[in-house]
Parts: sequence; structure tokens; C-alpha cells
Amino acid sequence: MAASANVRLRLETVRLTALFNRKAAVREVSILFPAHTVTAIIGPSGCGKSTFLRCLNRMHELSEGGWVTGKVLLDEVDIYASDVNPIQLRRRIGMVFQRPTPFPTMSIYDNVAAGLRVNGTRPRKEMDESVERALRQAALWDEVKDRLYASALELSGGQQQRLCIARAIAPQPEILLLDEPTASLDPAGTQRIEELCHELKRLYTIVIVTHNLQQAARVSDYTAFFYMGGLVEVGRTSEVFTRPKVEQTEQYITGRFG
Amino acid sequence: MRKLLSAIMTAVVALMAFTAVLALVLIIGDLITRGASSIDWAFFTKSPVAPGETGGGVANAIVGTGIVVGMAALIGLPIGIGVGLFLAEYGSGRVGFLVRFIADVLNGTPSIVIGIFAWTWMVKPVGRFSALAGSLALAILMIPMISRTTEEMVRLVPHSLREAALALGYPRWRTSLRVVARTALGGIVTGCLVGIARIAGETAPLLFTALGNLNFTTKVTQPMQTLSLQIYVYATGPFEEWHRVAWAAALVLMGLVLILGIVARWATRQRYGRVR
Repeated sequence: MAASANVRLRLETVRLTALFNRKAAVREVSILFPAHTVTAIIGPSGCGKSTFLRCLNRMHELSEGGWVTGKVLLDEVDIYASDVNPIQLRRRIGMVFQRPTPFPTMSIYDNVAAGLRVNGTRPRKEMDESVERALRQAALWDEVKDRLYASALELSGGQQQRLCIARAIAPQPEILLLDEPTASLDPAGTQRIEELCHELKRLYTIVIVTHNLQQAARVSDYTAFFYMGGLVEVGRTSEVFTRPKVEQTEQYITGRFG
Repeated sequence: MRKLLSAIMTAVVALMAFTAVLALVLIIGDLITRGASSIDWAFFTKSPVAPGETGGGVANAIVGTGIVVGMAALIGLPIGIGVGLFLAEYGSGRVGFLVRFIADVLNGTPSIVIGIFAWTWMVKPVGRFSALAGSLALAILMIPMISRTTEEMVRLVPHSLREAALALGYPRWRTSLRVVARTALGGIVTGCLVGIARIAGETAPLLFTALGNLNFTTKVTQPMQTLSLQIYVYATGPFEEWHRVAWAAALVLMGLVLILGIVARWATRQRYGRVR
């Protein structure tokens, strides 16, 4: 296990504010995401947690009227600096969305290979290995190894979501962003994804947005509670859930609002 | 009372649907009874003979239709699809609004007006009717149709797919082509086939561009015969033999259009089958 890697700082936001035109959806959020940890972002609907996540790989600016102020430091380099190419950047930060989004015209293999191909061609053998590795890491290999060239749409919802995780991690990103990845899955599918989080944090730094408090408690090392676009509290998950420092956090996690 | 009204309305719409289908059945039935007897192998392989003689065929018109429509598709499809992609992906601003408006106006423009336009710019300066001018007129007719269907098909692709590709580090153009356009491909192909079928039967814009030609030719700078022109000339001509040929040519043209329609249906079915 890469416990020593915790010393190395991977991702940090500094007074990050995300806006839609004039309206701020996220206000002045500063969080530190240590390497090889899972950080859960929780909070009621509309609190800005998804928007915040989309700032971390510069997806927010693709939304209509979306722009940000503040900094996002990846290995101490501001990803919003003018000399950073957002397209190159997104290849270093994988993202998985609420609903599975396999490319419908592509086979299982091509879906996983998509992110690799966009980085340039490579020998067939190397590609095969990368695809297999990604599918194994996403715990999907055994279920699809005999039908790699079948349509990705033949898979069940849970399998499709794991395929999307495989697709996101195939290019070996440094950070993995999960935006409510189990929102459309049944309990069995949810459990598999949660187990994956534990596995994958050995390799990646994970930020997961979730609606589900139990899920946050189960998978994360750190938890950040968002409310009305602001960061209310962030800390070790065990502490946030047992001894929250802020009254609001306690009310939320005990189910009194939200 | 409510049920009675419902029954009456159901009967009315059923009757209307029946009328629409009846028209098609009558047209095809008429074409077959009058045209089928004139169709033999020579009809497809021989050029027309002089009035008064029997025999001959419409090979020149069939090949001409292929060339004129083919060239029109070659010009019109890439432009039409390109405009459609542009409208769907970048068409939210003022430029998009303008392009969409122009496409709609062009879509409603009578085809004969487009024929006059092609004559003014392609025939008059050169001093000669040509198949190329005809193709151009048909291409202009085709572009707005293709671009609007392409736009609609591309818009049907869920936004989440676009985001998934962008989040993987796809540049925007590559997202448009590799993911969005490819997902919409079935619909786009159908739109193209329907567009080709539409222009294959056009006569008005060809009257003063491709003009027509009784002899077999493949030179695109020369006047060229098409099935629609042949039907127009022969059906209005004085000879009984010509009328017979016109019916047969109409049957062939209808057959071509039907085949395109069926292929279009088949292409879409394949697509949906796979997507579900």
C-alpha cells in the first residue's frame, strides 16, 4: 500500500468559486485532497457539490455561462493557469457520471480504448494489455472477457457503470472524480462500485460526490459537507460523522434536514 | 355518449388514413397496369428510337438520373451534413439562427425558382445546358433538407454522451465526429436517403439546366436525360408509343424511390435494434 504517498499533495482548491453567469453556485471553497485517499462530498440537492466536482477537471466551464475564480492546484500547478490546455488536463483526471454513459456505437473493447486512442495510437498488443488491465481494475474483466467485441449496450446498468470506470481509468489518470456513480444502480451494483473505491485508491486519488450518507461513511477517508454553495465542514470521515464541529453538519447527518 | 364520440372520431381518422394509403395503392397500381407491360430487358439497356419505330428503351435516362442525382448528392450531402453538424453543435448564437432561417427559407423555395437560379449562373454564362448545372440545382434543393434532418438527429444524442467524451480528453471536433455524429449516424443516413429520393423525382429545376437528351451520354458538360425529364417530354408528346414509354419510365422511377425508402427504413431499423 502506498501509505507514504500521503505525504505528497495531489489536489487542492484555493478559494474556488464557480459561477453561472453572475450567480455563484460554489463559493470560496478550499479543500485539500491527499494522495491515495477517498474524499466524499455530501450535502443536500442543489448545494453545489456536483458543480464543485466539475471544476476539478475544468468541465464546469463547458456549461452555458460557466466560469470560475480561485485556484485548483494539481501537484502545485494551477490548472486554470493560461498555459494549461484543458483537453490535455482532462486526460490526467478521469470522471464518471451519475448515469452510465457508454458510447452506444462502440464495442466494450472500443469503449475502454477510447480514452487511450485519443492520446495517440499505440501497438495492438499494448492496447490489449491496457484494456485488460483497466477492465480488471474495474472488476469487470471476468464478466466480459468472452465478449469484448459485443456492443457496450448489452451490459446491465451496473456493468455499464463499471465499464465507464474502466474507460476513465484506462489512460491511467492521477485523479478519479465520481459524480454520484451509484445513483442509478441497484444495491448489488452499488456495493460493487463501493468495493472498487477501496481497491482503486491504491492507484488513484478519488473524489466522490454522493447523496447517500451511508455510502460516504463506508467508502471515504475524508468527508466534506457542502451547504448552499459553501463548504461547511471537512475532516476525517470518522470525525465528521461522530463528532461534527458544526451544528449544521450534525443536523444533516442525523437527518434533520436536507 | 363519450364512448360514441370516441368511436366516431376513431372511424374518421381511420378513414383518413385509409384514403392516404389508397392514393399510394392507386398510383402504384396504375403505374403497374399501364407501365409494366412495356418493361423488358431492352427497356433498361437501349436508348430511345426515333418516333414511329417500336422498341428501344430509356437506358440514357436511367444512367442520366444516376449521374445527375449522384453528382448532386456528392455536392449536397457533405455540405448539408456539415451545416447540420454546425447547427447542432455551435448553432445557438446569432450565426446559427441566421443559417437556420436561411435553410428554412430555402427549404420552402419552389424548386423551379432554384432551377432559374442555376440557369442564370450555370447555363447562361456558359451558353450551354449541362448535367452539371442540373446537379447543382438539385444540390441546392438538397442542402437545407439534409442539414435540418442532420441537426435534428444530432440533437437527439444525449448531452451526457458528449460530456463523457469531453471528460475523457476528447477535443470538441473529435467529440462531434467520433461520438455524437457516429451515434446519430443511422438517422443521418436515413435523412440522406430520403433527401436523395426526393430530388430523384424533381423535374422543374432540370428543365432549363440538364434540359434532356434523346441520346446516350455520360458527358456532364452536355445536356443529359433523366427519368423525370423523359416522363415530362414523353407524356406530353403526341405519339402513342411515347405515352407507353412514359408510363414505364414512371414505374421505374417510382421503383427507384421505393427502394431508397425501403433501404432507409432498413438502415434505421438496424440502428435502433442495436441501440436498445
